[in-house]
Amino acid sequence: MTQPVRGPGTDTDGGPYDPREPQPPQASDPPHASPVPHEPFDPGRAAAEATSAILRSTLHGTARGVVVDSPPGAGKSTLVVRAARELAAAGESLMIVAQTNAQVDDLADRLATADPELPVGRLHGTDSPPDPALDRHRSLAKSTSVAELRDRAVVIATAAKWAYVKDTEPWRHAIVDEAYQMRSDALLQVAGLFERALFVGDPGQLDPFSVVGADQWAGLSWDPSASAVVTLLAHNPGLPQHRLPVSWRLPASAAPLVSRAFYPYTPFRSGTGPGDRRLGFGVRGDGGGLDRALDEAAESGWGLLELPARHTPRTDPEAVRAVALLVRRLLDRGGLTYSAPDPDPAPLTAERIAVGTAHRDQAAAVRAALSTLGVAGVAVDTANRLQGREFDVTVVLHPLSGRPDATAFHLETGRLCVLTSRHRHACLVVCRAGVADLLDEHPSSEPVRLGVTVKFPDGWEANHSVLAHLAEHRTVWRP
Amino acid sequence: MSVLHTLARAEAVAAGRAVPAATVRHTHLSDRPLVLVPLTTAGEAGAPLGALVGTDRAAPELLVVPQPLDRELRFGFFAGLAGSLLSALEEHCDDVEVEPATRTREETELCADALQIVVPNAAALEYVRLVGRSTRFLRTAEDPDAPHPVPVPVPLLGRWLTHYAERARTPGSGLLLALTDLLTRHWATGQSAMEDQHLGALLGWIDPPPGLDGPAAAARAQTGRTPDGLLLSPPAGPATDPVFDNRVLAPALARYDKARTAPERAAAEAGIRDLVGSQLRPTWDDMWRGLDLLRALPEGAHVEERWKRDRWSFTGHRDRVRAGEPPQPKRDDAIAAAQKLAGRETAQARLAAQEALDDPLAMAARRLSGEAFTGTVVEVEMTWSEGRRPMPRPILTITTQDLPQAEPGAKAYRALPDARSAQGAELAGTPEPAVAGGPVRLRVKLTGGMGSGRTPREGSVPAPGDTVTFTLFEHDPRSGPALPEAEQTPWTHGGPPGSEGTPAAPDPVTAEDFL
Repeated sequence: MTQPVRGPGTDTDGGPYDPREPQPPQASDPPHASPVPHEPFDPGRAAAEATSAILRSTLHGTARGVVVDSPPGAGKSTLVVRAARELAAAGESLMIVAQTNAQVDDLADRLATADPELPVGRLHGTDSPPDPALDRHRSLAKSTSVAELRDRAVVIATAAKWAYVKDTEPWRHAIVDEAYQMRSDALLQVAGLFERALFVGDPGQLDPFSVVGADQWAGLSWDPSASAVVTLLAHNPGLPQHRLPVSWRLPASAAPLVSRAFYPYTPFRSGTGPGDRRLGFGVRGDGGGLDRALDEAAESGWGLLELPARHTPRTDPEAVRAVALLVRRLLDRGGLTYSAPDPDPAPLTAERIAVGTAHRDQAAAVRAALSTLGVAGVAVDTANRLQGREFDVTVVLHPLSGRPDATAFHLETGRLCVLTSRHRHACLVVCRAGVADLLDEHPSSEPVRLGVTVKFPDGWEANHSVLAHLAEHRTVWRP
Repeated sequence: MSVLHTLARAEAVAAGRAVPAATVRHTHLSDRPLVLVPLTTAGEAGAPLGALVGTDRAAPELLVVPQPLDRELRFGFFAGLAGSLLSALEEHCDDVEVEPATRTREETELCADALQIVVPNAAALEYVRLVGRSTRFLRTAEDPDAPHPVPVPVPLLGRWLTHYAERARTPGSGLLLALTDLLTRHWATGQSAMEDQHLGALLGWIDPPPGLDGPAAAARAQTGRTPDGLLLSPPAGPATDPVFDNRVLAPALARYDKARTAPERAAAEAGIRDLVGSQLRPTWDDMWRGLDLLRALPEGAHVEERWKRDRWSFTGHRDRVRAGEPPQPKRDDAIAAAQKLAGRETAQARLAAQEALDDPLAMAARRLSGEAFTGTVVEVEMTWSEGRRPMPRPILTITTQDLPQAEPGAKAYRALPDARSAQGAELAGTPEPAVAGGPVRLRVKLTGGMGSGRTPREGSVPAPGDTVTFTLFEHDPRSGPALPEAEQTPWTHGGPPGSEGTPAAPDPVTAEDFL
């Protein structure tokens, strides 16, 4: 998670921003307190104003780059599609850089759906053919060679594929999606391909990383292992920075916590009000711990199922089983999701549920446990792979559950942020007792380096504030 | 730490001595490595106190700084170190072989062997890096304007040490090695990773002296003292034992400072030499004992290939020095940093793959983490690819106890002993439990390595009953696309080096930096 200290560029809010004086989180703040007193907050209007300011900067601004920070579920993809269409309509040649093939396919699909006439080119690697679902778009051409797509209004590919494109006339415009998850060295490889760019991303999610040490470059403005946006802003401090102020995904019960814990200097709100999103069950609870945790989550949007304190291996069998049983009960009890203004509930199906873990072996263990309970279709994955996805209900195996130590990996703020911001209705966390004590025994001890952007908040603090909130929704359970 | 390594450590605790963590040696060991054991002075960052250095275990060269605060003596020490090191480097520079031309490279000269330097631990390696950094820009007596000239070979020593220390950051490289890192790669002890940095304690676990077990030998090495209060096994440096500093070294330095006549000074200096030598000698012997233990392991099959890359690195630096290029810059520019990082990431992936292919224990760790699987072929179904020239695509059904974590369609690579490259394959369908809780059945489609005909080449398709191993990682990962030239550095990264867009360094250069 990289929260760059914001430069003197314009801010959508227009308000003064001083990173040295954070507003202390006020637990007693009503979730919908407005920044301007006496004026009700209109999420639709706030979002529309932010979007038009961004488009103005992009289409008519003079800066070579525009940065947009987007909290979880704030309509980032919608913004990218809209900006792409407007740039194309203005006759500009445009390339889009995304980070994974799935993201590229998804964006290409959205773009072609939104504007069936727009000539889109999907550039891909020989070994990674695009999703066959894209074949239904007539205006979309696919190729492994950029020369064949040069006449397309929009060309879209992963950063890794763009890096192989050489010796070509630069594009007038680029949109870089998930720019905070892109490494500085990946941007270095593609930045020669465009003249100006719109960088869109979520600063609260997982930072890019390297499997080998990169400490020797820490503090250099071009540290190749840093996030692309950090490097960009270090060299171009005057670039306009905008942010999307409304999360349409997170319900009113979740946005204040996620905003306070992970975006203390760039708060955002939920687009829906309290009571707009509800979770109900067709079958009454049996009074057991699992059902009580589910009822608490349905009531408040959060549920913590706390197992007895214990040091366990990573694939803690009891916690894994508890996660699987929660999913089973969610389905067995006929979960129903209500989203205002639609008065009719939608059934909570397996496809609308996700399980999030910190490690791949944990995900594999949960998948195995789910299949023995006869559950199929639930997305079970690590935080890294759940980034950018959205579900109705998520069940999270807490990254620190059962651990004897808290390493930098497990304390990384972005990991917890991803896991607790994927849901539209409710989030259930399964955890062993004693994590708060574990945190107190492991204050963050990362070395402080000259010139390195300070990360706020640190993982230790964010973990504590999430835990403190979850403790109010705790159900103690013995397997 | 992998599950397997945790288990090995637990076994070491139970057994009271280290257990093997590798079945082969994963690092090239030169026949005549240069061993370097440096010591620094407490209280004066980076000031050398002494060193034992040499390629002959019976005759190390002892270098001592009798007064570490005296700058002249300090650079005399560096000149002495340069003398030993540069002559050893020089021996390797001219013994060359000719590497034939390839598609991308002309015929090139390659040093037949490179000097390998071994230091005791990671802190000593870091000290080598520090010496390199602090000496490579120094101005010598050859420069008439130099305000504080140093002996002529010192900057050249700094350039070589910088090169060695930078190369040591590449995973799998062997030019500059820390012995404790090497030993902990090949043995697992029952002590913490921090304690493993103590060479004496580590050797105590791996090879305890007669009558002692691992923990007892390690405790003796860490805390055992002679009646006069000195450690039986002095620390392997670069930091010295405070008791030695206070009780023994400080009075000796005071005698040296007080000496007013040449004979007095010579006597005091001889005293200090003996003292520093007494602290270094046990570590010197430990170094060679550790190397002997490692030599007893057979060398892994890919080690030679990795050493060849080290020889390329050595030859490249030799050429840069001979061409009269300036010393390595203080900081990497954007392109150089990205290039190094990309190269090291490729090297890391290659090292991990090669270690797994060379060593069943390393492969077991990858199998346990779901990145590889070994099983028995139960059925082979012949299919062919569609298209004008159908190619064989046999589908193997394999039963395995492993649990590979991959989606259907994921690429797999068959590990073949002695093969130049892996046989390509892909997973066909999800693993199914044959019996609940028992082995799983997997279907794998072979996609390559079967010749160019319609029938697979003899022996390229396993038969039912054969044991096969597939990995989900590539065996010879390629490096990524080329980076732009430094002059092409884009605006996002501040433009070409030296242009206006570069923000001020957070740690600005001062006049002292060039001292």
